[in-house]
Amino acid sequence: MTERVELAHNAAQRRVPTMVNGKPQIPYLGVGKYQPRGRKQAPPVRSSKDYPENGDKRLPDLETALRKCGLRDGMVISNHHHLRDGDRVALMMLEAAAKIGVKDLLWFPSASFPSQKDAIGLMEKGVIHHIEGSMNGPLGDYCTQGKMRGMGVLRSHGGRWQAIQDGEVHIDIAVIAAPTADAFGNADGSHGKSACGSLGFALADSTYADHVIVVTDSLVPFPCVPWQIQGNNVDYVVEVDCIGDPAKIVSGTTQITRSPDRLRIAEFVARFLRDAGIMKNGFSFQAGAGGIALAFVDYLRRMMKEAGVKARFVRGGSTKYLVDLLQEGLTDYILDGQTFDLEGVKSIANDPRHVATSPFTSYNYHGKGNFASMVDAVVLGATEVDVNFNANVVTHSDGRLLHGIGGWQNCLFSGCSILALPSFRDRIPVIVDEVTTLTGPGEMIDVVVTERGIAINPLRKDLLDAVKGSKLPIRPIQDIKTEVEQICGGRPARPKLGDRPVAVVKWVDGTVLDTVWQVG
Amino acid sequence: MTADRKSAEAGHSGKDVRSDLHVAIESRDSGGIELGLESRVGPYYGEAILTQARHVLETLGVKNAKVSIHDEGALPYVIAARIETAVRRAGLANSHKALPEKIAPPAPSAKDRLRRSRLYLPGTEPKYAINAGLHGPDAIILDLEDSVHPAEKDAARILVRNTLRAVNFGSCERMVRINQLPLGLEDLAEIIPEAPDVVLIPKVEHPGQVTQVDNMIAELKVRHQINRPIWLMPILESGQGIESAAPIAAATENVVALTIGLEDYTADLGVVKTAEGRESQYARTRLVNAARAAGVQAIDSVYSDVGDMEGLKQWAEAARALGFEGMGCIHPAQIPVIHAAFAPSAAEIEKAQRIVSAFEDAQQRGVAVVSLGSKMIDPPVVQRALKLVARAKSMGLA
Repeated sequence: MTERVELAHNAAQRRVPTMVNGKPQIPYLGVGKYQPRGRKQAPPVRSSKDYPENGDKRLPDLETALRKCGLRDGMVISNHHHLRDGDRVALMMLEAAAKIGVKDLLWFPSASFPSQKDAIGLMEKGVIHHIEGSMNGPLGDYCTQGKMRGMGVLRSHGGRWQAIQDGEVHIDIAVIAAPTADAFGNADGSHGKSACGSLGFALADSTYADHVIVVTDSLVPFPCVPWQIQGNNVDYVVEVDCIGDPAKIVSGTTQITRSPDRLRIAEFVARFLRDAGIMKNGFSFQAGAGGIALAFVDYLRRMMKEAGVKARFVRGGSTKYLVDLLQEGLTDYILDGQTFDLEGVKSIANDPRHVATSPFTSYNYHGKGNFASMVDAVVLGATEVDVNFNANVVTHSDGRLLHGIGGWQNCLFSGCSILALPSFRDRIPVIVDEVTTLTGPGEMIDVVVTERGIAINPLRKDLLDAVKGSKLPIRPIQDIKTEVEQICGGRPARPKLGDRPVAVVKWVDGTVLDTVWQVG
Repeated sequence: MTADRKSAEAGHSGKDVRSDLHVAIESRDSGGIELGLESRVGPYYGEAILTQARHVLETLGVKNAKVSIHDEGALPYVIAARIETAVRRAGLANSHKALPEKIAPPAPSAKDRLRRSRLYLPGTEPKYAINAGLHGPDAIILDLEDSVHPAEKDAARILVRNTLRAVNFGSCERMVRINQLPLGLEDLAEIIPEAPDVVLIPKVEHPGQVTQVDNMIAELKVRHQINRPIWLMPILESGQGIESAAPIAAATENVVALTIGLEDYTADLGVVKTAEGRESQYARTRLVNAARAAGVQAIDSVYSDVGDMEGLKQWAEAARALGFEGMGCIHPAQIPVIHAAFAPSAAEIEKAQRIVSAFEDAQQRGVAVVSLGSKMIDPPVVQRALKLVARAKSMGLA
């Protein structure tokens, strides 16, 4: 890609490409400012005469299935990431495509993982043209260094649903790894030797893709109950020995941080929710599965018990700690987007109050509302936050791709969005003048909790009033930044970013929020 | 003929190292300073580190050397300490010190301030010191003694000196545990100019050791124009130390507290250190007695099982009941448990407040005798109540 890319300034004053992978883009217009038009896209109408009457859609292998789906050069193929770093199916799919001899595919995973670094070889051979989905580790570096032929596109979970629904990304073939399935294509993630909990990230793919292939290592006689993926959307079913390494799909138990500094941050977050009056009967909250988030849930649990408070629902990233809340009667429901540990998997399989959700229900912005905006408080991380409360999750401060967005942007619509993070990490300030890559606009970020104090966005006068008289160390964000710079020995140098865009960051409505520039 | 090559290294490197660096220096005859840097914070502070390194070397009088730095996010005061250590080890240093920028020191420490918890920080590990103050112990202890390997004593001394100068510990009292004498006297020369609040003297067995330290500190204070108090806390760690507890406690006006080191004490007695501590009961009560007789605080040892908060709570409450006013601490998680155990109970505070009211009432009426109902309250009891209420207020309990 050597031609010059035309750039525009968007509403956040960031320079963004006006064309991405040959498609014209709308620069970010502000929160809630873009009005979508048109109708949802849909796959072609099918006839049951073309499908086995006995409901047995099995084919001997993935390569055969891809051929029968008509895999051709330049198509869009997708997969979900519920098997995380233990996934085997994505590479199986890409390698089968390579064997067939197709080129220039757009690989559209819901996220990619370091264990999929062999995709680099396939990009170099021309099988894959580019990836639209999170990239970290070796794939992230490959993109950051400008080696990918197309531009990367980073979307939130809700944004991916929006892109598929609106027709921005048309999936030709979706491959769905399923811990359990029947020959008709009904599939589920809560049972089987490679059980992973919810399969929500595959739902959009199953309903909108032109062709759908289910790959399972645990076939059961019809019916596969429960089913989260409906076989009526599935073309073919393939059995394999193993869809993923169970040890890497979920961890045995997720671990609370032991670091005293991170525990302090977690405790501050819990105390903030209590002192600001957000923790009260019938409230709701969401937390990720990072060390600080888990510790926060633990502190909050104790405070809820002490105060006799019960939540109506909690959202996750489910882990043992959320499951404990459910079992102790401290919440009526867990609404689960992704299951992180074995306790979570067991609970979702056995407890009707632990419910699998999807990016449609949780996060889709181009719909009639979503769950994320109904949550009272969400606790998130970030790589950087600036003095205007803008935040970054996708790159390091040196501009290199680090993370996907996940549900992070979608969660910012909650009643109180809290970033819990250390004020600096190994001499690298986390509070900065201006974020390297904008992932979340400051007006959506309400509270920043660090080990050195808590900063509340001046736009939230209600929160500032609510915590008057609390013993929490509430401080202006500039103060924390000044202290950090003094400790680190001055302001850090700004990274030297290239002037060639290698990826874009989309906002929840599909507009372009920021650019990831080539580095190194 | 070429002069002898002088070389040395200092600091740490390795995949788990954070907030520290490794530096290797090799002198040469000419060619100025050749500086190689690998840093995890290269894009952010790479230039700043190079500039700082050159400045430090210049201050120390190093003109021609090859220097390699492998940095894992060390803060500037640590960088200066590691380079100075390597330069000194290589025998290349002049008499100057590469002192980091000095932060405003906290207020001088009152003799009988709260010392419920004192958090040990190993003198050679920068990463624990940076946020130690945030966890709110009454004191932090920068340790030059048992947590520091014999080969690293010089490095620890310089790092602790720089830490005192550059790190903000909030309102914590800053203590340094020097090495057993005579090595400890060398520690004093390096750290006293940075005015720590308290010097802990390990393995004290007779009052002369305390006097020796006190005299040397006094000399150093004059030389370096330090006008704030530097207190002493002798640590008794042997049978002989306990036998001499009373004269040690009274050795000089600057002794503020006595404490005990249970690991070494039980080793000296040849007994096993148990969780209940029966074997050290006598030593500890004797220490409390000696401290009281000399009008200084009795501070207990550490509780080493960091995972056992219930055990810590019981130990701390028992220590308070014996007359200890605080104890040592090896992990921030222990701090809230210790503070709760050494706090006066609500009932005690309420009773003391009533006595204080009666006292103030008597003052107002110009009456010498303080009474509560029909009961007369003796002056020492009044004093104790006043002190307790003041304590409770400073703990935020009253």
